[in-house]
Amino acid sequence: MVAPSSDSSTPRGEPWVWFTGLGLIVGLGMVLGLLGLVLLNGLTVFWAPPVPVAQLDDGHVIIGQLAQRRIRAGSPADHPRYELQYQVGLKEMNGNSYLWVDEAKVKGETFPADILGLERAENGPAFVRPRSLRKSDGQVVPAADPGFEAAFQAEVAAAAALREKLNEITRHRIGEVNREMEVARVALRRAEDLKLADEIDARRREIAGLEKRYAALQAEAKQVEAGGAVASLTATEAAGREVVVPLTQIIRGWFPNRLDTWGRAKLFGSRLGEFVFDEPREANTEGGLMPAIFGTLVMTVFMSLMVTPFGVITAIYLREYAQQGAVLRIVRISVNNLAGVPSIVFGVFGLGFFVYVLGGSLDQLFFADQLKYNNNTPVFGTGGLLWCSLTLALMTLPVVIVATEEALAAVPRGMREASLATGASKWQTIRDILLPASAPGILTGVILAMARGAGEVAPLMLVGVVKLAPTLPLDGSAPFLHMDRKFMHLGFHVYDLGFQSPDSDAARPMVFATTLLLIVLVVCLNLGAIWIRNRLRARFKGAAF
Amino acid sequence: MSQLMNPPASSRIKVRPATEREGRKDYISIRDYGFWYGQKKALDAISLDIPERQVVAFIGPSGCGKSTLLRNLNRMNDLVDNVRHEGDITINGRSIYDPGLEVISLRRRVGMVFQKSNPFPKSIFENVVYALRVVGVKDRAVLEEACETSLRKAALWDEVKDRLNDSALGLSGGQMQRLCIARAIANRPEILLMDEPCSALDPIATGKIEELIHELKDQFTIVIVTHSMQQAARVSDRTAFFYLGKQIEYDTTEKIFMNPSQAQTEAYISGRFG
Repeated sequence: MVAPSSDSSTPRGEPWVWFTGLGLIVGLGMVLGLLGLVLLNGLTVFWAPPVPVAQLDDGHVIIGQLAQRRIRAGSPADHPRYELQYQVGLKEMNGNSYLWVDEAKVKGETFPADILGLERAENGPAFVRPRSLRKSDGQVVPAADPGFEAAFQAEVAAAAALREKLNEITRHRIGEVNREMEVARVALRRAEDLKLADEIDARRREIAGLEKRYAALQAEAKQVEAGGAVASLTATEAAGREVVVPLTQIIRGWFPNRLDTWGRAKLFGSRLGEFVFDEPREANTEGGLMPAIFGTLVMTVFMSLMVTPFGVITAIYLREYAQQGAVLRIVRISVNNLAGVPSIVFGVFGLGFFVYVLGGSLDQLFFADQLKYNNNTPVFGTGGLLWCSLTLALMTLPVVIVATEEALAAVPRGMREASLATGASKWQTIRDILLPASAPGILTGVILAMARGAGEVAPLMLVGVVKLAPTLPLDGSAPFLHMDRKFMHLGFHVYDLGFQSPDSDAARPMVFATTLLLIVLVVCLNLGAIWIRNRLRARFKGAAF
Repeated sequence: MSQLMNPPASSRIKVRPATEREGRKDYISIRDYGFWYGQKKALDAISLDIPERQVVAFIGPSGCGKSTLLRNLNRMNDLVDNVRHEGDITINGRSIYDPGLEVISLRRRVGMVFQKSNPFPKSIFENVVYALRVVGVKDRAVLEEACETSLRKAALWDEVKDRLNDSALGLSGGQMQRLCIARAIANRPEILLMDEPCSALDPIATGKIEELIHELKDQFTIVIVTHSMQQAARVSDRTAFFYLGKQIEYDTTEKIFMNPSQAQTEAYISGRFG
């Protein structure tokens, strides 16, 4: 027998290929699993399945959308018993929108075509059997009438237009009057304090005028509201009790057992659209996330705008100008360690330094009157968009510095020398040659910073993110961009919905949907930055260094 | 051209006779020059004069200090940490280490072409006029004229005149090196330093660059470092041979290649070492 010589044996590196490949597979599997879970749970929120009428063996009847099916706690492993969770809606009558039922107790399920699902402005959804519709002109249409569905949808659309109009009056126009009133009141208090008789008069007249406008708007709103009070839907709920829903309360109505796939898809699209483009309702568990999407986007963009110049300038100094030595090494180590500091620490720092010290000083300097005559209400001395952006910019600074330093170091020595040899100064060389050539690398750093910043929540809770912001940071009133305002953020929204919501059953699907949205937003931001980077790279393509 | 006699070392090499042109004989004057990288002495007691509007070649084996000397003529070695020098270099009578002379203005007068062509990732036009841009020339007509003049001098104009706005990185290796020459002469320096300008090029591109050197020496004083003895013989008027940081011999090219006075020089050019 011949002993195998070393060159005929299997290549020694082979197991390591498998081992490293395994690592990749595990990593990829976890990421894809996470994305799949979020995608599945996030999107099914908007899908409208058929709604059963379930007969229980104790005579109860349930009308509701199946939400979950799970093994009952304590049931034997070999004969698991399941329980079902139905979303029955009508929170004001049932006390709870969701109901757990032992699967064994369900005698039968039917899917009658006349079940109507309602999304309501208050008290969540409802699943009912319609009886009749009173239109806005007073005419009553019974549910059996073939024109019932068309009439119902027309009334829903009319009610939506009405709500829109009412919203315009109460939120925007009355809001505007309120803001002006506030300014005028502060001015009046200041005038009274300084005993400026003319000004006091003028301000009082102004306030009287505003009060008149306020009253007029209120009256207009009442009138509009009254116009919609006629139309209502009469229906019966599962137990046979009568429910009367004013149409102004109905956001959306659908017949879940009549819809074909196309109808369901349209409903899906409409709900998804509402989710992305509308404002939240019902303690954020319903409606859309427009303010949170907008807040996240604006905050991330500002953070990038602040961190990029700051980080690049720092890196240029460190790499090009500073004397390389022990001090610089310590600085570098510190910068790198900054990247490992827990984000909440940055939040505390942001609150202590940016909000109280910087914001407080700004208020003292520029808004002294505002503080004095408006019950010490701070302007910049409280959390806001500006401080959130700055805090996250500080947090992501090391990423940009390190990336820029690497990018500068990677610029071929020849290019640097060529520039200096033509008589360019060091700064000209940096500005004209080094920075353009290292732009793709710098952008890689910015992408990483954005990805980290957009998903950060903990520090933001301290420096300006709120559960519900009445106004967007960007609006039509000067100076249009309000860096002092508090804003909503998707990451905080996930936390708030999932762990602070009074109705956790209703919030659960929204947590997934919001998570999905946050991921999509971060991916979009990154794709945008990557697109810019690739365009820059294309300019340097074929570089023969 | 004189017929070649012994030694055999030069029998393969054609030597251009030194052309006598007027100009300062000691236009660049290097006196007792020594140079250190940290503790390592790279140059020792170099003393030579470079006449105006002539081509001087520095030859010698790798590590002999010829590139170091070249890079000191426009103080490019200032970029390296921990260097020091002794002695002095003067250009047209003025020391390049004169505290009143800014390095930037020195480098504007002393252009440089590197071993590896190093065009900027910009358009051909922007590459050529870069030196003018850095001194603040904004007038488009001036820039365009300078661009055309330089490219013509660099014998590149006809090849690129239709694509001045294309990226310089799309040019061939020889074109890139000529572009770098055009860039180096765009702001009309007095001296052109060339650090092995043809070492990465094929023979045809090399030929073009050598022709160019002949054209350019009417206007510039050229110092070229080369590893190719043939090239030194073809293009230069005077040649300096360095070995281990010391200047072994400096004389007319004709003399160096046909009748060197030092045995080491003869050994090197005949290929016996180095």
